[in-house]
Amino acid sequence: MSVITYRQALRDTLRAEMLRDENVFVMGEEIGVFEGSYKITEGLLKEFGEKRVRDTPIAEEGFVGAAVGSAMLGLRPVVELMTINFSLIAIDQIVNHAAKVYGMFGGQTPVPMVIRTPGGGGQQLGATHSQNIELYYSFVPGLKVLAPSTPADAASMFRAAVRDDDPVLFLENLGLYNTKGEVPEGDESVAEIGRAKVTREGTDITLIGYSRMAMVAGQVAERLAEQGISVEVVDLRSLRPLDRETVVESVRKTSCAVICEDDWLTYGIGAEIAASIQEGAFDYLDAPVRRVAMAEVPMPYAKPLETAALPSVESITTAVKETLDAVGRRVG
Amino acid sequence: MADTAKPKGGGTARNSGGRRRNRSGAAQKIADEQPKVLLDYYRQMLLVRRFEERTAQAYTQARIGGYCHLNLGEEATVVGLMTALKDEDYLFTNYRDHGYAIGKGMSPRRVMAELYGRSTGVSKGWGGSMHMYDTEVRMLGGYGIVGGQLPLATGAALAVSYRGGDEVVMCQMGDGTTNIGAWHESLNIAALWNLPIVFVVINNFTGMGTTVDMSSAEPELHKRGSAFRIEGVKVDGRNVLEVRDAAADLVERARSEQRPFLLEATSYRMKGHSVVDPAKYRTEEQAAEAKDEQNDPVAIFAKQLSDAGVLTDELREEIAASVKEEVADAADFAENSPHPDVSTLFDYTYATPVANESRRMPADPVFAE
Amino acid sequence: MSEIYMPRLSDTMEEGVISSWAKNVGDKVASGDVLVEIETDKAVMEYEAYEDGYLVKQFVSAGDTVPIGAVIGFIGETPDAEAPEPGGAPAAPAASEPEAAPAEEKAAEPAPAPAAGEGAAGAEGPARPRTSPLARRLAKEYGLDIDAIEGSGPKGRIVRADVEAARDRAASGAPEAAAAAPAAAAPAAQAGSEDPRASEELKVSQMRKTIARRMAESKQEAPHFYLRRTIDAEPLKAFRAQINEQLADTGVKVSFNDLIVKAAATTLSAHPEVNRSWEDGRLLQHHRVNVGVAVAIDEGLVVPVLHGTDKATLSDISTRTRELAGKARDGKLKPQDMSGGTFSVSNLGMFGIDSFSAVINTPESAILAVGAMKPTPVVHEGEVAVRNTIALELSVDHRAVDGAVGAAFLKDLAEVLESPMRIIL
Repeated sequence: MSVITYRQALRDTLRAEMLRDENVFVMGEEIGVFEGSYKITEGLLKEFGEKRVRDTPIAEEGFVGAAVGSAMLGLRPVVELMTINFSLIAIDQIVNHAAKVYGMFGGQTPVPMVIRTPGGGGQQLGATHSQNIELYYSFVPGLKVLAPSTPADAASMFRAAVRDDDPVLFLENLGLYNTKGEVPEGDESVAEIGRAKVTREGTDITLIGYSRMAMVAGQVAERLAEQGISVEVVDLRSLRPLDRETVVESVRKTSCAVICEDDWLTYGIGAEIAASIQEGAFDYLDAPVRRVAMAEVPMPYAKPLETAALPSVESITTAVKETLDAVGRRVG
Repeated sequence: MADTAKPKGGGTARNSGGRRRNRSGAAQKIADEQPKVLLDYYRQMLLVRRFEERTAQAYTQARIGGYCHLNLGEEATVVGLMTALKDEDYLFTNYRDHGYAIGKGMSPRRVMAELYGRSTGVSKGWGGSMHMYDTEVRMLGGYGIVGGQLPLATGAALAVSYRGGDEVVMCQMGDGTTNIGAWHESLNIAALWNLPIVFVVINNFTGMGTTVDMSSAEPELHKRGSAFRIEGVKVDGRNVLEVRDAAADLVERARSEQRPFLLEATSYRMKGHSVVDPAKYRTEEQAAEAKDEQNDPVAIFAKQLSDAGVLTDELREEIAASVKEEVADAADFAENSPHPDVSTLFDYTYATPVANESRRMPADPVFAE
Repeated sequence: MSEIYMPRLSDTMEEGVISSWAKNVGDKVASGDVLVEIETDKAVMEYEAYEDGYLVKQFVSAGDTVPIGAVIGFIGETPDAEAPEPGGAPAAPAASEPEAAPAEEKAAEPAPAPAAGEGAAGAEGPARPRTSPLARRLAKEYGLDIDAIEGSGPKGRIVRADVEAARDRAASGAPEAAAAAPAAAAPAAQAGSEDPRASEELKVSQMRKTIARRMAESKQEAPHFYLRRTIDAEPLKAFRAQINEQLADTGVKVSFNDLIVKAAATTLSAHPEVNRSWEDGRLLQHHRVNVGVAVAIDEGLVVPVLHGTDKATLSDISTRTRELAGKARDGKLKPQDMSGGTFSVSNLGMFGIDSFSAVINTPESAILAVGAMKPTPVVHEGEVAVRNTIALELSVDHRAVDGAVGAAFLKDLAEVLESPMRIIL
């Protein structure tokens, strides 16, 4: 085991995949000479050269579409979008092309590509640079959307994404890049796409999250354990396909659920999870499913406002306690 | 087709645009060609004409659904462009793609079956009129979103370049496309990265109902590559040989020089934007112009071939009969082909099978009891 | 003159490492000079001085990590200027203490809705009780009338704990402890008093309904058999006296019943085959030993459960039983106080009852009925003597426990009670 950051796990895995398969190449804004806005591609230009580490103009639609076209001819592009906010400029190519080419032409040509992009608020980046809009892509059949929360998952899921023959939106998070975790030395494991994971077992209540929120959910569980509350944590990991079974199975066991999400509540990913729970675990629910989500405002810049708008360990803990109170388990 | 359609090359098309053509020049061109090649072009043009007429008919008979855009009036452009490509070259087009599909080598039977939405169609009934696709003949799709095919085609050229391949990508589009962001982004990237691609703008002077003058600050579309230092050429899309020569020249230069080019082909859309468009926005003069035999590429070419003694009345009838039969056969084939089985509904969502993929029908519960 | 802070050099940076100092202490510094190289989470970056002066102090050495905003050095006007010690907390962005004005006071909490089952405001009959889906399913599974259960959740929502408590109460034949105190609503007795010979129909409380249904169910469904054994209570009496003497200072006083409850738990641990339930065709083995103790209250009888009876000490049992009995009399038992029992003890000794046969508190599979301690002529050490005895009778559900198994249990229990040191060993 070695303990490395999420950033390091991605960088190492990307490099290894490029060494493994010469069809794998990376492109995006500022990924070569500048070595990436978040330094995931650090050192790659020097090692692999301009052909395989391609700096693009600021033209998301153009270069994401070019990645789709190159994938149609069998290359395996890994595109970096500086943040998920900029994906909106490329959304036609992602939704109308990457996601459609395989099905719309009767399964003739797969599109093996990965779009890596970080979401995440909390960095005082303001309204247009703090959004979590993975929902837009999670909505679309034909795409696969992955959102790892730990360095080990980042590595094994990225490996899976690169080797998959479908377009994968690989969601990273600014708040996770510096987090550390154990990654087995020489690990070559390839995660199975479409599977959630119970990252902590518990009996009193299920906490559901993904990406940064899966990490925060774990922190909440840790804190509540000290008060004698046994929290089960489900990390969704894959937003499409969505592993409803694992979520529902957990809620059938605990009878209570709180969903933590870094996106807006109305129509958000938590809404889909809550709907799935009511359908799959209706007769097991002892309390209404709660969602802890971002305040529904354009993200403000000022720190106190931003902090207030984001879900936190405290706000999730409150929701958990209120839910448990409702079923007769008074907490702290 | 490709065997008999080797372009002669060399003939520069740079000054061949414009409405007033040098008739004697055209006659000379014809005299330089093999009659067999000329007759083959004529047959292909007539095939596109009759195929599209049959398509319009089938549409009105409700055999074909959805949007349906025809190549009527563009036969010379379609055949000229397709004969300029080699078999291994790639083609991306917009939604007005039936003629290109046939021209690039798909059988009229399977194109018609696709229009009918049958499982024998080129895209197995998943695409329809706007989405003809066949990896075998390297037509990588008609695309329904204006401009959507440009980044894709650019990426295909990137893949060719990445591998050091010898293929060229042709990317066809309409005049309206030159105003969308993808146009600018793609031409910039193609020029920046020296990609072997020829962008072809079919200028029929009207994007749906909006004229080029209304929508493009630079209505001379072939000049719009200049911002990216992409050489642009304009050609009269009514003349198959001129289109072929201009296209072949640019395709071969893209191949040898490894850089992008732009070709503008003017043509007349004989009917509305789509089958259901009565084109009421056209003035009487414009409508008359579009229907004028002088602007009908099939009529123009037939007359040129007759004048040159290549197309006799007897041959004309023979070709007409054979094309008619081929189109009728295509329609029969489509009509008698099976509809895709509903059990195949979830076959093409993902290329790599994946856990927890939804296979729920509309009324199915998410969780079975 | 001015402090040098750890700068924020990337948007995800939280702390930085001093890679190396480009200026030594005492060096002259001009605005724009590289002062220090800092390793962020992304890269090593040069950090320049903003003003002229002399670097008079390096508070952080190369290789050390400090958070953004921590003071790392000081620039003075002269080489020997005095550098103030950096203040305690770094001037980090004050993210944690938002000082926003509080939103206006929340409106007062809405008045609680009427308790479930009390009927809606309108005249259209009783409102549907609020229940969680799980509670509704469990009530159906246990054959309970959901309308008869009072909810403890928000706005009287019936939750799992309520249903489980109701099931356990019903099984023990104990009345609904938490049922709205019926004392106030006196039975409609005055009316039909014209004919003194006529029987009068009383209003049936939910408690009574539940007792009626569950006791009938137990007797109809659980094939009871009964085992009797009379124990010599002298050793137990002596043992109790001894214990209470030792506990005198603590104020705890262990009763005979406490001793019997603990002895039952100890013996159950040795006989797990009795600590079982027959439920819906399934045989459940309980790994916990939770003994319910019948407590008489004004409205009837409740059976609070001592969770983990086998693990509890005698003084624990004593304290908790009194506590629960007190709560029972005050009507303050919570559903969870009455659920989860695996065995029950019912003691009617205080009424001078010699012995009796109890109805099993299904789904538990046995209940111990304890009679009064009384002097009895017995054969003791080969001679007739008068000694205190207690008659025990065990009611057993034959679906879960066979005769010999129950008999072995009762034999051991009797022996434990006759050598009471074993209760606590």
